[in-house]
Amino acid sequence: MIDIIDLHKSFDGQKVLNGINLTIAEKELIIIMGKSGGGKSVIIKHIMGLLKADSGNIFIDKIDITKLDVKGLDKIRDKLGVLFQGGALFDSLTVFGNIAFPLREKTKLSKQEIKERVRQALEDVGLKGVGSKYPAELSGGMKKRVALARALITEPHIVLFDEPTTGLDPIISNSIHRLIRATHQKYGYTGIVISHEVPEIFEIADRVAMVFDGVIVETGTPEEIKNSSNPAVRQFITGSLEGPIEFLS
Amino acid sequence: MKTFVRRLGTWFLSLLGRMGHMFLFLINAVYFIFIPPFKFDILLRQMRFLGSKSMVVILLTGSFTGMVLALQLFYTLRKFGSEALLGPAIALSLIRELGPVLSALMITGRAGSALTAEIGMMRISEQIDALTAMALNPMRYLIVPNIVAGIIVFPLLTSIFDLIGIYGGYFVGVNLLGVGSGTYFSQMQNFVVMEDIRIGLYKSASFGVIVSWICCYKGFYTGYGAEGVSKSTTEAVVASSILILIWDYFIGSILL
Repeated sequence: MIDIIDLHKSFDGQKVLNGINLTIAEKELIIIMGKSGGGKSVIIKHIMGLLKADSGNIFIDKIDITKLDVKGLDKIRDKLGVLFQGGALFDSLTVFGNIAFPLREKTKLSKQEIKERVRQALEDVGLKGVGSKYPAELSGGMKKRVALARALITEPHIVLFDEPTTGLDPIISNSIHRLIRATHQKYGYTGIVISHEVPEIFEIADRVAMVFDGVIVETGTPEEIKNSSNPAVRQFITGSLEGPIEFLS
Repeated sequence: MKTFVRRLGTWFLSLLGRMGHMFLFLINAVYFIFIPPFKFDILLRQMRFLGSKSMVVILLTGSFTGMVLALQLFYTLRKFGSEALLGPAIALSLIRELGPVLSALMITGRAGSALTAEIGMMRISEQIDALTAMALNPMRYLIVPNIVAGIIVFPLLTSIFDLIGIYGGYFVGVNLLGVGSGTYFSQMQNFVVMEDIRIGLYKSASFGVIVSWICCYKGFYTGYGAEGVSKSTTEAVVASSILILIWDYFIGSILL
């Protein structure tokens, strides 16, 4: 369903992606892990079409999105739902307004139908009765749940999660992980989760990919990754300061 | 010397590039003004935002500008024995020049800076990316309503500024300096023509485009973090203010 082939990207002369190759099957939930600043978010920004690749191709449903114009990209974006790192909820809208926004703008559903869909979405993420609150009145975990509800409201085929649990305590993080798993099972979307919450995130993954030095150095099931002999993967999972991943310069 | 010329050339080319980028941003926004669907609800919200943020400051500066004008012009006109022309002198100064320019500068400081900060915050909190990821054009939702709101609200606020200024001048001229009440307004009726009002409003609308364009652009392409937003806000106010004064000269030459 998603095929990333030899993707390269530099910022101000600094190589961030150095030939990413990754194939993601339909309805698969894949975790992309790697050190902070290692280019994980850059990969999903390319999938969204927010960044233009220096070279390489990204195929979504056999369409090379690196060759598309804005109209073509928008057609692909209609298939996507995105949960941004900070939630990216619209400050000026209530929770209800935020979740209803894509439906109001992109569908011809009646007010009653939108109300029912939003009610259901809030129930799915365990947030009944907060529709009238503004994002500023919510906790970090609640914001992420609202953002997840908004990402799923149009029932997208592909959902991108950019560090969905960053800044949350372990219990809330765990509940978000379970929520991702539950919604994945319910809606059957293809999910790409950017995370460095190892090993907790392994519980929800079908497959895990490790980014190091701008390339995917290993992919496999959570069990295969846990037992990997790749030094970068081992160092990342154990959190060791010794190894090929340099954390201090 | 060679290095200096090279640096100067690089700087000039970079400046040209930035100006071109800003101009393309405006062209893009103007294009979307005419392409449906139109976001009237957002337009009304932005008109209220610009108006409500700036109203108090417009009332204050308008009244005091009129009062100061009365004092200064009365002093000058008395030298020529023409105190009776105080009313039209104040009205023409305000309607043709000071009203549009000063109200534009005030709105820039009050609402323009807030606009840049708001859009900048939306950028750094990925709200603009979220719009794009939903296949919704941020230009249509964020920029176009602000530019149209600028075109509508600036002339309205300028009219209020002019009116309050004329009454401020009346208060000082008639109540404190002894100019006849009837003279103040009747002479104004004789000298101020519709063309003067039209020129003032055209100027004001063009300032509306400039301020909303610059403030939206600076917010849209803000740097990283709170520092980036703060820098963009300052740049937006400075660039808008300078451009208002430069454009005022050119449009004044054309419309004179």
